[in-house]
Amino acid sequence: MLANYGYKDASGDFFITIDTDICNGCGDCVSACPADIFEVMDEDPNDPLRDEPVAVVSADKKKKLKYECNPCKPASERPPLPCVEACKAGAISHSW
Amino acid sequence: MAEEKKQEFWRWTESNWKNPDIDWKDAKFVTSGIDVGSVSSQAVIMTDGEIFAYGNMRTGSDSPDSARNALKFAMEATDMPEDRMDYCVGTGYGRVNVPFADRTITEIACHARGANFIYGPEVRTVLDIGGQDIKAIQCDEKGKVTNFIMNDKCAAGTGRGMEVFSDLLGVPINYVGDRSFDVKEEPQPVSSTCVVYAKSEATSLLRKGWSTEEVLAAYCSAMADRIYSLVERVGVEPEFAVTGGLAKNRGVMDRLMPMVGLKRMKTKWDTQIAGGVGAALFGYALCQKGKGRKK
Repeated sequence: MLANYGYKDASGDFFITIDTDICNGCGDCVSACPADIFEVMDEDPNDPLRDEPVAVVSADKKKKLKYECNPCKPASERPPLPCVEACKAGAISHSW
Repeated sequence: MAEEKKQEFWRWTESNWKNPDIDWKDAKFVTSGIDVGSVSSQAVIMTDGEIFAYGNMRTGSDSPDSARNALKFAMEATDMPEDRMDYCVGTGYGRVNVPFADRTITEIACHARGANFIYGPEVRTVLDIGGQDIKAIQCDEKGKVTNFIMNDKCAAGTGRGMEVFSDLLGVPINYVGDRSFDVKEEPQPVSSTCVVYAKSEATSLLRKGWSTEEVLAAYCSAMADRIYSLVERVGVEPEFAVTGGLAKNRGVMDRLMPMVGLKRMKTKWDTQIAGGVGAALFGYALCQKGKGRKK
């Protein structure tokens, strides 16, 4: 499942997509993110009949992604994002 | 002192219903799904995966009370004792405030599952337009979510925005759809996506001499634009179904569907109960798996 966390407002689209079919719930993204956006849940909240751990974007962060992710996204030269790089499976992507 | 007289144009009809063909005494599992949304609350009671009864009412200021009232409203239609219930699942924005729920499940999972039931397994794209959020969901033939997006940060394009407009223009909410087509030519959509700004834009349009119908049309098409931009992100796959209260508003729906390029599916069920149906079905699945409540 492609889980799109985030929002769209007048200033743009701010979504982090986690591919839950690829994510194995290892939690590398949790420690890599300086803003503590991710957490690992024992069960996918959007797929309650599957009992596998999965990474999600915390409920209290998903409405602030534009600001929370800002330090990792300088306007000029953009280094690889720590969360995207940390995820060996390649399950995380950003829309902006 | 003059008595204040105020008509609540936004007020939509609350309803409850019981399936006359089902006898709860024959059921193996009775499950309920309580969907406490920001605007409306639904309680759906299902017997072995079939809809037995439901109640649909407005969410009050108190979520636990709203959940209880909705369930009571659904139970009113039946003669079943409340303790016959095997499992209760809470969902929706206020799901953590359903005190008698055995567990909670997100509304995304529930809406996909519910749409799969009320529209049939052909459904692949579910658009849920709720009181204060919009969800676009893709799902498989079992109603399992494969891709979803939810906008719950901004009220643009939601049911609440429509309530604000019906109140502003003094048009009862059930007539908004029909009235919005009562125009000679389709006006430009209002340019603001924000409900607050759209309201002030509408006020200035009225000052300019626009008719109520023209302003309604302009707002409905702005809502359709806004909703489509979200649907576009998850992608559209046939069949396409709409759940939630806005599915009953043809002013928005008939403007949205040409953008989507598909016909939306029809159902005999109330589109507002989809989340509750999904929750009750999850309860049923958990009971069948032996994960039900230990009595």
